[in-house]
Amino acid sequence: MKKDMQSLSPEARAIIKAQITRRSLLVGAGAIAGATTLAACGTGSETSSEGVVDVSDSEKIVRWANWPLYLDFNEDSKEYPTLKAFEDATGIKATYTEDIDDNNTFYGKVQGQLSIGSDIGYDIVTPTDWMASRFIEQGYAQKLNADNIPNKTKIRSVLANVGFDPGREYSLTWQSGFAGFGWNTQKLPKGVRSMEDLFAPANKGRIMVLSEFRDTIGVIMQYQGVDPSGDFTEDQFMNAIDFLKGKIADGFIRQVKGNSYSESLVNGDAVAVIGWSGDMFILRSENDGKFDFAIPESGGTLWSDNMLVPSTSTHKKNAELLMNHYYEPKVAAEVAAYVNYICPVEEAQPELEKIDPDLAASPFIFPDEATLNKVKVFRSLTSDETTKYQAAFDEAVGN
Amino acid sequence: MAFLHGATRTHSGPRSGIKSRSITPYLLLAPGMIWLVTFFIIPIFSLASTSTMVRPEGAQIGTYVQELRFQNYVDAFVANQEQYVRSFIYAGIATLLALAIAFPLAYTIAFKAGKYRNVLLVLVVAPFFTSFLLRTVAWTQILGDEGPILSTLKLLPFIDDSLRLTATPFAVVSGLTYNFLPFMTLPLYASLERIDPRTLEAAGDLYANGFTTFRKVTVPLAMPGVVAGTLLTFIPAAGDYVNAALLGNPSTKMIGNVIESRFFAVVDYPTAAALSFTLMATILILVTLYIRKSGTDELV
Repeated sequence: MKKDMQSLSPEARAIIKAQITRRSLLVGAGAIAGATTLAACGTGSETSSEGVVDVSDSEKIVRWANWPLYLDFNEDSKEYPTLKAFEDATGIKATYTEDIDDNNTFYGKVQGQLSIGSDIGYDIVTPTDWMASRFIEQGYAQKLNADNIPNKTKIRSVLANVGFDPGREYSLTWQSGFAGFGWNTQKLPKGVRSMEDLFAPANKGRIMVLSEFRDTIGVIMQYQGVDPSGDFTEDQFMNAIDFLKGKIADGFIRQVKGNSYSESLVNGDAVAVIGWSGDMFILRSENDGKFDFAIPESGGTLWSDNMLVPSTSTHKKNAELLMNHYYEPKVAAEVAAYVNYICPVEEAQPELEKIDPDLAASPFIFPDEATLNKVKVFRSLTSDETTKYQAAFDEAVGN
Repeated sequence: MAFLHGATRTHSGPRSGIKSRSITPYLLLAPGMIWLVTFFIIPIFSLASTSTMVRPEGAQIGTYVQELRFQNYVDAFVANQEQYVRSFIYAGIATLLALAIAFPLAYTIAFKAGKYRNVLLVLVVAPFFTSFLLRTVAWTQILGDEGPILSTLKLLPFIDDSLRLTATPFAVVSGLTYNFLPFMTLPLYASLERIDPRTLEAAGDLYANGFTTFRKVTVPLAMPGVVAGTLLTFIPAAGDYVNAALLGNPSTKMIGNVIESRFFAVVDYPTAAALSFTLMATILILVTLYIRKSGTDELV
């Protein structure tokens, strides 16, 4: 899709991308109408993980929900080559859907069914760290059987032990990425490397920041000298919120957006953003180097999306075999060559070198120590903190 | 069966007529009532129940217990009154704008279009052939800083280079007006089209000039259309969140955006429910007052 889209005009691409965004809005519209019923299911939730029987051996299927443009796709054959290879090797039929385009929306969609233990229609879901943490904490994820995933040991060492899932008993990283500064290289040839560069007077009203608060606030906190991976206090968090509110009130920040900030960069409404590394590299390759990305001098954030088997899945073994497949270095390299995000399998680097030596050398796909030292993972929040901080952020951005 | 009864009624005696009358209306109402009960009445009770729930300290996200806390309504309203008031202002302006645009349009289609009448009607409905969301996304491109409108405007000497159209209240209200315009135009057209031209001629015969005829004859006869059109525009516009999300900025958010955010992002179901309930109640009151005031009881 990515390669095919390069041949289209920016407007056409924007529309296509917008259709992806559209899905979340449609889900939103439906859910507001049905908010009541869902809320009723969600309240007083009883976590259920018992009672599911794994029928993997008799039902050779696996259903996977992932984010848009997040798996290598062959436009000519309309197939996902690495997924096809998995099906051919195992005889398991894989159904791949790009059904997640916002963590909160996706959670809102499946939580009701998860809470009453009825099948959500997926055997693998791919939420971001903090949402994966919520799935595990609420009992909505199944423990993985390491025997079925021998490649699990190939996980990048920094990802092997995470706060929300020590020892990776429930989850495996799909891809990771950085949040940092993205900018239009024609409008800002000097680049954006510090918060001062981002909020330069000339950029006033053409700056956009992410609606994912852990990234936007994580970057601001580091600018204010606070480590978002450490035990920061509520006051420190709220200081960053105040900074954001100030920049919105002063008219520096035009909009607060999810993935669609990339359309705004393309159509000129934004010249500098707090955005995601992979998006920016895709934009750069689609627009002849018109855009670039850098980790802020004061520090950026590192996040990962994680494969989980939801508590309602009856195809856990098939899901584990699929995870194992994607941790084969050769397969991981093929995916990395397409998605441009950080590859969770370190041994994939020599394999990627065979496909694309430039990409294999990129610190944004195989980050070196120096790069990793510049980024922090936003720490896990308690449920009380999550509710309070998310509400504070949403109020700051006008909701 | 119901139809058979109805059809035979006039031919058979009065007894069977009474009998069929007792069943037929219920049978005819059944699909609508079942639908309404399942998708409106039951959720409404669920919504009311959720709105007074409370999240226990330290409980998992999305866990709420019933404590009949009616203070939720006060808290939700106080915290979001800005967006609340803004929603009604934006919806009101959009409704007036839509009326100002749609009236001459419907008038022309009804009285002046001649053989082009059907073509024009299709054109009014044509936007519905594409998705509401895609049309709004298209507006972000049209109004964008480097889009066709601003690029053209900036050729004019007195237009400042810092002029922006997207992420402004102007864009949100324009989007609302545009998206709901057909809902205003069609009922207006239906009313105007029914006006007997002879009433207008009669007004002329009685020495009313064009304007007086319009004011004393056309407008009063079009009132049912005006009332229906304004309601069909105002009600969805007040609860809309797509236009504010795509075309607005943080200080143009409407109550729909707040409800969406409380529901999905904060997972604060009681506040979302309380806000939805308040919105619904306010609209109901406004609509009732409006219909009473405009005196078209046949609409109720």
